[in-house]
Amino acid sequence: MSLVHASNLTKTYRVGDIDVPAIKGIDFAIDAGSFVAFVGPSGSGKSTLLNMVGCLDHPTSGTLRVLDTDIATLDRRAAARFRGEHIGFVFQDFNLIPVLTVFENVEYPLRMVQKWPAEKRRAQVTRMLAAVGMADQADKRPDQISGGQKQRVAVARALVSRPKLVLADEPTANLDHDTAYRVLELMKKMRDEFKTTFVFSTHDPKIMGEAETTFTLEDGRLANGGSHV
Amino acid sequence: MFDILDIASRNLLRYRRRSLLTLLLIVIGMVAVLLFIAIAGSFKSMMVGQITDSILGHSQVHRKGYVASIDSLPLNLNMKPQMVAKTEEALKANPAVETWSPRVKFGGMYSNFAETTSIRVTGIDPAREAATVPMLQGRMVEGPKDGALVEKGQIVIPLLLSRGMKTKVGDTVVVVATNRDGSVNGKTFVVRGILESISGPSGRDGYIHIDDARELLRMTEPEVSEIAIRLKDFSRLDPTSRQIRTALEGLTNKEGKPALEVHTWDQLSPFATLARMIDMLTLFIKIMLVSIVLVAVMNVMIMAVFERIREIGTIAAIGTPPSRILSLFLAEGLMLGVVGTVTGTALSLAAIFGINLWSPTFAFGQQQNLVMAPTIAGGDVLTIAAMVVVVAVVASLQPAWKASRMDPISALRHV
Repeated sequence: MSLVHASNLTKTYRVGDIDVPAIKGIDFAIDAGSFVAFVGPSGSGKSTLLNMVGCLDHPTSGTLRVLDTDIATLDRRAAARFRGEHIGFVFQDFNLIPVLTVFENVEYPLRMVQKWPAEKRRAQVTRMLAAVGMADQADKRPDQISGGQKQRVAVARALVSRPKLVLADEPTANLDHDTAYRVLELMKKMRDEFKTTFVFSTHDPKIMGEAETTFTLEDGRLANGGSHV
Repeated sequence: MFDILDIASRNLLRYRRRSLLTLLLIVIGMVAVLLFIAIAGSFKSMMVGQITDSILGHSQVHRKGYVASIDSLPLNLNMKPQMVAKTEEALKANPAVETWSPRVKFGGMYSNFAETTSIRVTGIDPAREAATVPMLQGRMVEGPKDGALVEKGQIVIPLLLSRGMKTKVGDTVVVVATNRDGSVNGKTFVVRGILESISGPSGRDGYIHIDDARELLRMTEPEVSEIAIRLKDFSRLDPTSRQIRTALEGLTNKEGKPALEVHTWDQLSPFATLARMIDMLTLFIKIMLVSIVLVAVMNVMIMAVFERIREIGTIAAIGTPPSRILSLFLAEGLMLGVVGTVTGTALSLAAIFGINLWSPTFAFGQQQNLVMAPTIAGGDVLTIAAMVVVVAVVASLQPAWKASRMDPISALRHV
């Protein structure tokens, strides 16, 4: 069964008096446990699509079901709750909270979103930091670690609440090639270990080859139906 | 809640200098307000105490029209014996009344046999007067401070008159007065003591025994110019005065209107205006404090939201409920308010304690060397503290609301 299913999905932004179509009636499905990339040049609609899959934005028309939930039916609060329970995010700029340590950044979703008890979340955070190889950096602040380490922490934060789906918008754009590969390897390893579905976007041709399934977006349309590598 | 406060405190520490400056503003505001309330309040209490406990009493009963003509001390508006009896009956029946003192007041001439000047004289029952205005005896700068304030045949004169007329304790003087029928009478008195002059009505009166006053004025029946009243609890002044007024309503004049009037001290003394001005100033200072806290906290919180837009987008994207984002920013305002209030209160109380140790003196009217002894009621401290904390939270409300309503996508795109 598909984890994400889009049917005739469109998204149009209104800029002044002009309607600007960003996604133009696309269909796709993403299976649970897959490692998927949306690729394409800047402005092709990758981020818009990921925002909709991540329940941060609503489609203009068509349907988009994530974990069997029509995301168009979710209001602001329900969408926040849904994201907190089922979706992890990895951002291009890492977006760690500067006043929190590495440990506390990973702990944040359990502490402020899901409200896990302290003991349980300490064990889970320790496990996740060990999984991403950052256990020895737990007490450092984000400004004391490298870009690649920040992204490892971001991956740990995305996975800590055991989401079904992790979305990563250009997760390697701010990393050098070696580091980018290592982050993608880590994401794959996490997928294998936790059976989490990873969906990421990239415009880097070298990186897109790391995905098991690739959807190519061109000007808001899918150029392929999901090619398997 | 602890999690929210923990993260809020770290966010405040992120911009240490800005948070400290905001705290400093709140602390300075708190100290200014609490010190002002303590100093102005003690000055007001001292002033009211001087006026009520050494001159006026807490309230007074007069015949209708007497107060309107009080500058001329009209003898024809004295209270008749049946009015006095009715008043005493009402005062006896009121449990809030501690005691009262009948007085006969008149204007006359004072002579030391070499010079003559005018004098306002109050005839008193010494024991009752001492009970009604207990600080009167304390104003005695020369002469015996214990025993009756004045005996028959004696006069106590104000310091200014003593200096002007070069009169000493033990001197014999003459007081001449015109009675209500226009006939003039004089009586010799021995100066028993000299009273410190104080600012306010009757603050420079001489005092003689009430029987001497009646004899001098050739009263055929025991009239009274006024009855000064002392209450058990000064804070019950207004309701008790209303009760006395109601009790005296039955006694009417020829027009069928109440024959007697009850006036509280503030209706008799111009210094009540000063007391009201102090209250007004206190109110304005409080409004200034509210403004300072409001502007300072709102400014720092608006800046905090503006500088953390991407961070807000991040925490919103990963599922933090809008209500928790709101709480995070409200908690920052709350902490600024609480820390500022606690620090400000501690510094204020220390300053008040220090001033009391230092005991600076000041002059009020003719009175010199009055000791400034600021005090502040716990209720006032709690009220101001609660006000500052509430205003700090209210000031954070708009920025916090804005943060909680932020669209995660726009926030994440913010540069």
